[in-house]
Amino acid sequence: MSSSTITQIASPGDPAPHGAPRQPRRRGAREGGRAGRYVRLVIAIVASAIVFFPLYWMVVIAFSPRGDLFRPGGVQLVPSSLSLENFVTVFQRFPVADWFLNSVVIGAFVTALTVTVNLLAGYAFARIRFPGRNVLFLLALATMMIPVQAIMIAQFRLVAGLQIYGTYWSVILPGAAAAFGLFLARQFFLSIPQELIEAARIDGAGHVRTFTRIVLPLSKPLIAVLTLLTLLGSWNDFAWPLIALKDNALFTLPIGLLYLRGQSTPDFSASMALALISVLPMVVLFLVFQRYFVQGFARSGIR
Amino acid sequence: MLLMSVFLFVPIVFAIQLSFQQSQGFGAPEWVGAANYSRMLSDPVFWQSLRNTLLFTIVTVPIEMAGGLALAVLMNSVLPARGVFRTIIVLPLVISGVASGMIAVTIFNEGSGIVNKALVAIGMAPVGWQSDGTAAFISVMITAIWLRIGFNMVIYLAGLQSVSPELYEAGRIDGAGRWSLFRYITVPLVGPSSFFLLIMNVIASFQVFDIVFVMTGGGPGFSTSVLGTYAYRNGFQIREQGYGAALGVVILLITLLFTYVQWRTSRSRDLVD
Repeated sequence: MSSSTITQIASPGDPAPHGAPRQPRRRGAREGGRAGRYVRLVIAIVASAIVFFPLYWMVVIAFSPRGDLFRPGGVQLVPSSLSLENFVTVFQRFPVADWFLNSVVIGAFVTALTVTVNLLAGYAFARIRFPGRNVLFLLALATMMIPVQAIMIAQFRLVAGLQIYGTYWSVILPGAAAAFGLFLARQFFLSIPQELIEAARIDGAGHVRTFTRIVLPLSKPLIAVLTLLTLLGSWNDFAWPLIALKDNALFTLPIGLLYLRGQSTPDFSASMALALISVLPMVVLFLVFQRYFVQGFARSGIR
Repeated sequence: MLLMSVFLFVPIVFAIQLSFQQSQGFGAPEWVGAANYSRMLSDPVFWQSLRNTLLFTIVTVPIEMAGGLALAVLMNSVLPARGVFRTIIVLPLVISGVASGMIAVTIFNEGSGIVNKALVAIGMAPVGWQSDGTAAFISVMITAIWLRIGFNMVIYLAGLQSVSPELYEAGRIDGAGRWSLFRYITVPLVGPSSFFLLIMNVIASFQVFDIVFVMTGGGPGFSTSVLGTYAYRNGFQIREQGYGAALGVVILLITLLFTYVQWRTSRSRDLVD
């Protein structure tokens, strides 16, 4: 039942699958329907403009010549001249390429690990009976709600004890212990018809074979959602990498961004250039895979 | 398979266990009992951080929810180019807290930010977004709302899909106006979404960290200090780790309380269904 509602919100690009049947009624039954439509359009434009403005402004500042921000005329709403100075500066003064690469490497490892574990464990919770299953599952769900502030000091001592403090692993390993995907995976596997799995079992397939031959091929949408959301979370993660990474060259982009902020003279223009670099990959991914992102947000209740 | 699930739990359980042990308090790794907690009671900055966190929650959550519902109703109606609008409003969901904070810092900067320039241009006094505690807190809350309103809209949109159009038709035949339809059909029927969002938003608000840390660092003074930043400050800036851990546990307890409420309610709802 929820899957049909999700698919509807999941395709915001398509023209009104559910609004369509209401359309004639609205027009006919209500006087002023046309005016109402214009009012709605204006409200939507204003709201979107407000939401979009900060991102637009970031782009404008990033591409404006350095120093424009502090000149009397300042940066114009529609820039009169474009320049790449800010990008050149930020690449020259900071190891931005390293930061970008770090974000990619950590994101890739965290995502691969998390998705694999969540798929396997989700299948176990959905389809394999073992003692304590429900208790363990509830425990895993509870960890979803644990704030980083509650465990950051414990984790810090833990990674220090494991002697991985300050390395990639100190970010990757705790990052991979995220349970939200487990919840999604279990729900998805529960929705696979039991007959399909039983048929495989009768044919003599074990759990592993059933999982790889029957379940996984059916799970592409699930894998897409899990991959995108995990990658997004890792890419934007802040509090923990801030604690775990000390070496400038190992910073991820968000930590690098904060590093720029901490400079004695705040360089807003360069910051906006770096901010743009840091958000662009996720914005592109979002625009391409919007369906899966929205599905994931709506189902897991995380962002 | 079983091994795999164990592999997932060990680190988590270990972390939980550790956090609880720590919460009992160690300055140096020494047992100090409840000293960290009694210290909290007499720590004015703790109370201020708690007040700020509560204020942040009370202000942002209703705005996020009302705004999210309004946008969802709007996006659920007949509207040209609705996909474009929806995409734009959901877009901040993929922007990191740090990047949002940096953009906000640039926009709200007292000297060079566009908000103050715009205020001056229309003849108003510039606002001390960094020097005045109240203004600084308002700028943080605006940023938080910007970041989260799209999420609220997504959940409400999903909720609205389950409201049958016939209900509106029936309401209209009974002569209900637009507001009555909204008030007596839409609002009650998206109740489960509202409840879910209330809990999720409150939890997120109690854990707010990134944008506050980037925008104000809790300052000026402690005027924008929240539980999240204060716990970090104690844990990693002034190295009062035991006290920081205790603050973390307070956040955890508040979170678990709301999680429990949500779990109980959703369970009873499942039973009713």
